[in-house]
Amino acid sequence: MTKIDAKIPEGDLTQKWTNYKNHQNLVNPSNKRRLDIIVVGTGLAGASAAASLAEMGFKVKSFTIQDSPRRAHSIAAQGGINAAKNYPNDGDSVYRLFYDTIKGGDYRAREANVYRLAEVSNSIIDQCVAQGVPFAREYGGQLDNRSFGGAQVSRTFYARGQTGQQLLLGAYQALMRQVNEKNVELHTRTELVEIVKIEGKARGIITRDLVTGKLERHFGHAVVLATGGYGNTFFLSTNAMGSNASAAWKAYQNGALMANPDYVQIHPTCIPVHGEFQSKLTLMSESLRNDGRIWVPAKKEDAEAIRAGKLKPTAIAEENRDYYLERRYPAFGNLVPRDVASRAAKERCDAGFGVGATGLAVYLDFKDSIGRLGKDTIEARYGNLFQMYEKIVDENPYETPMMIYPAIHYTMGGLWVDYELQTNIPGLFCLGEANFSDHGANRLGASALMQGLADGYFVLPFTIQNYLSDDIRTPRMSTDLPEFEEKENKVKERFEKLLSIKGELSVDHIHKELGHVMWDFVGMARNKEGLEKALKRIVEIKNKFWSNVRIPGNMEGLNSELEKANRLADFLEMGELIARDALNREESCGGHFREEFQTKEGEALRRDDEFAYVSCWEYKGEDKEPILNKEVLKFEYVELKQRNYK
Amino acid sequence: MEKSINIKLKVWRQDGPKAKGRFETYELKDISIDSSFLEMIDVLNEQLISGGNEPIAFDHDCREGICGMCSMYINGHAHGPDEDITTCQLHMRKFKDGETITIEPWRSAGFPVIKDLIVNRNAFDDIIAAGGYVSVGTGGVPDANAIAIQKEDADEAMDAASCIGCGACVATCKNGSAMLFVSAKVSQLALLPQGKVERARRAKRMVAKMDELGFGNCTNTGACEVECPKGVSITNIARMNREYLMAKFKD
Repeated sequence: MTKIDAKIPEGDLTQKWTNYKNHQNLVNPSNKRRLDIIVVGTGLAGASAAASLAEMGFKVKSFTIQDSPRRAHSIAAQGGINAAKNYPNDGDSVYRLFYDTIKGGDYRAREANVYRLAEVSNSIIDQCVAQGVPFAREYGGQLDNRSFGGAQVSRTFYARGQTGQQLLLGAYQALMRQVNEKNVELHTRTELVEIVKIEGKARGIITRDLVTGKLERHFGHAVVLATGGYGNTFFLSTNAMGSNASAAWKAYQNGALMANPDYVQIHPTCIPVHGEFQSKLTLMSESLRNDGRIWVPAKKEDAEAIRAGKLKPTAIAEENRDYYLERRYPAFGNLVPRDVASRAAKERCDAGFGVGATGLAVYLDFKDSIGRLGKDTIEARYGNLFQMYEKIVDENPYETPMMIYPAIHYTMGGLWVDYELQTNIPGLFCLGEANFSDHGANRLGASALMQGLADGYFVLPFTIQNYLSDDIRTPRMSTDLPEFEEKENKVKERFEKLLSIKGELSVDHIHKELGHVMWDFVGMARNKEGLEKALKRIVEIKNKFWSNVRIPGNMEGLNSELEKANRLADFLEMGELIARDALNREESCGGHFREEFQTKEGEALRRDDEFAYVSCWEYKGEDKEPILNKEVLKFEYVELKQRNYK
Repeated sequence: MEKSINIKLKVWRQDGPKAKGRFETYELKDISIDSSFLEMIDVLNEQLISGGNEPIAFDHDCREGICGMCSMYINGHAHGPDEDITTCQLHMRKFKDGETITIEPWRSAGFPVIKDLIVNRNAFDDIIAAGGYVSVGTGGVPDANAIAIQKEDADEAMDAASCIGCGACVATCKNGSAMLFVSAKVSQLALLPQGKVERARRAKRMVAKMDELGFGNCTNTGACEVECPKGVSITNIARMNREYLMAKFKD
C-alpha cells in the first residue's frame, strides 16, 4: 500500500493557499537557470506552465505530438471559461464558484483544491486579456458573460464559440516568445514513450521522434505531464484523433497512482452517431443551452413517425412537445449539469421518445429564442456552431431544430496528485485534464479551461519551486546513465514486439471493438453484471490485439499505424482499469451512474458513508491485479447533500 | 435514406522528404455520402492495410475544423470544393458517383513534404516566435475590465484571431506568400490596446522572419481569402502593410 498524503496546508479554507505561498520554499533566480524542467503536452495547462516557468528563469523542454503547440486539443473547447469576477453583479463570489464546483462534482473533489481554483480564477481572465485574447465585449467596452450548466449566475467569459482556441493561442504565443528567448527548447511531433526514474525521483523521459522514428533521451530535474484525458478509450468521443492516455499510463506503470478512472464525463449536446465508419463525435457547445430548449415528442406515435421520416419536428404543436429538462428541473431547466442532462436524454430515448433515424437523438430548438431575440442575435452568439452543425448534418438549425445525443467528452479521473500537483513519484507533476484533482465526479461547463490555466499559470509555478529548492545542488545528469539505457531498451522491445505480430486486424478495427464494449457496459449507465462482462471482454480484445494486430512498415520513419497501435495497447489497459474502478464504486455519483444505486426519481444515489473517497489504483505489474488505495475526502466547509437542481 | 457512391482517387504518394513523389490511383466502392472526407480516407487506409500495403500518411487531429492540422489539396482547392471549411469538415455528399478525386499535399517552398500528404509547417511557429504576441509575463497585470475596448475593435480582432494556422493561404497563393497568416496576427494585436505598445516592433520582426523563411510576396490576387476556411479577410494584409510602413517610417 502507498501512503497517501495530500499535503493540504493548515488554516481556514480561505487562507490555505495564502498560507502555502507564504511558507513554501523558493528557488532564487541564479539557481533557476541551472534547473531543467520537462513539460509534456502543450495544451492550456502545458503551454501556460512551460511559458510561465521559462519566464521565471527555469530551462524548459516542451514536447508535443502535433506539428505545432497550437494544435493541442484545448483548441477545440468552444463555450467559455469561468471566473468569479461578479462583473454582472448577480451574486457571484469565490465561495459560490467553489461551492458550485464541489456540488457540481457531486461531492467527490477535495475542498482545498477547489477553493484554490476558484480563488485564482479571476487572475486567469486578467492574464488572458493582457495577452490580447479577444473576449466578447459589451457596447460599453466591458467584458460580456453568459451562463453555463450548474450555475445560477453568469460567470462564463467567452470568445465567440472559440474560447479554447483563443486561450490556447494566448498561451501558445507566450510559449513561443520563450522559445524565441531560448528559454524553451521545443520538440514538435515528439511523443513520450517512457519515464525515467533515478533513485526514486522522476528525472527524465524517453521520446520517439514521430518523423524519423528515432528514440531520444531527455533529462529534467522535474517532469511535468499535461497530456490530457483518456476519453478515446471509448473510440468514439469528442476528443481529437491523437488524444491518448499513454503518458499517464507510463506514469502509472512507473508507480504513480491512477485516481478515479471511472469518472468519465458524457456530454449531453453532441451530434449523434451516423454510421459504423464514424471516426469521432462533434460537440455542440453547452452555451447553446442558454438559448436552446431541449425536447422530444410527448407522444410515442409522433416520435415513431419522425424516425420513419414521415413527420417533421417543426410540424409538432407546442402542447405535444415534452421539454423534459424544464419539466423535471424547473429551477435550472435546460442548464442542469452535464451528467443530469445526459441521463435525462438517455431516459427519454430508452423509453421510446427518441428522434432521428436511430431513435438515439433529442432536439435542441432555437425557435423561441430566434422569435424573442431575432436571428441576427442568435447568429452573433452561435454562428460558427450553427455552421459547423450544418456542414456535418446538412440541415439548417435556424429552421429545423438541431439533433443531439450524449457522447464521451472529458475525463475527470487521472493521475493522483497532492495539493502541489505532484504525483506520488517525487518530481513527477501532473496538470490539467490529465490529473484527477478538481472536478470530482462531474465537471461543470467552462471549468476545464479554468483548471488548465489555473494549474499552468498560477499553481505549478509556485509549487514546483517547493520541490526544486532541494535540487539546486543537483547537476544536470547524463542521459548515458543505465536508468536511461534500460528504459530505452524496454521501449525498443515493445515496438519490436508490436511490429512482429503481423496479424490480420487493423488497429482501428480492434479499437472500435474496445469502444463498443466501453460504451455499452461502462458508459452512461453501468451495473455489476455488465461491468463484469466488460472486464472479461476487454481481456479477450487485449489478447486479440497482441496476437492478431497488423501494423505495416517498421520503426524507422513516420508510421501512423505504429503510433496508433502503441496508444491502443495502453487504452486497452486503461479500459480495464475504468471498468474495475466502476465495479468497485457501489454508488452513483456525477458521471458514474450505477443502475443499482438510484433514487426513486432516477437520480444518482451517493453512499457517502462508504464511498466518500478518491480511489487510487496502484500498479502491481503486468497481469497482476492493481491495489486499491483510498484517500478519504473530508468535508469541513460544505455539507454533503443529495444534489438538487429542481 | 443512406446513399453511397463509388469513386476513384488519385493520391500523391511520397516516401520521404527527399524521395520522388508520384500519383497512385485507388478505387473505393459504397462510400456513404454522410461520411466525412477523412472518414473516406480512413476506409481507404483500412483497405490498403488489409491488402498488405502502407496506408496514406496525412495530418489530422480534432476533425472539427479548429486545430488546423488537416491540409489536403483536393481537386485543385485547398480543403476541397466546399466553402468556409477545413478538409475534415468536407463531406462526401459534395462529390458525384463515379467522380475522380485528386488529392495532393500543400505545395509551397515554405512547407516541404514529410511524407505523402504531410508537410512541415514549422515556419508558421517561427514567425509567431519572432513577434506574434504581447510581451507580457504571467502575473502583475491589471484587472480585465480596467481598459474598456470598443466592441467593434474586439469583434474585428476576433475575426482576425480566428485564423487556425492551417496554411491553406500559402498553399493557394501562386507566390507562396504567408501574408494572410502573418497579417491576421498583426491585425488582431494592433487592434487591441494591449497589443498597441509594441505594434511597430512586432510588424517589423514578423515580416522580416517571413521573408527570411522564403515565403513569396503578395500580389493582391486574393486567392488566399477565397480558400481560407475561417474567412480571414485580406483587409488584414492592407492593415499589416500600413503597420509595417509606419514602423519603417519611424526608423
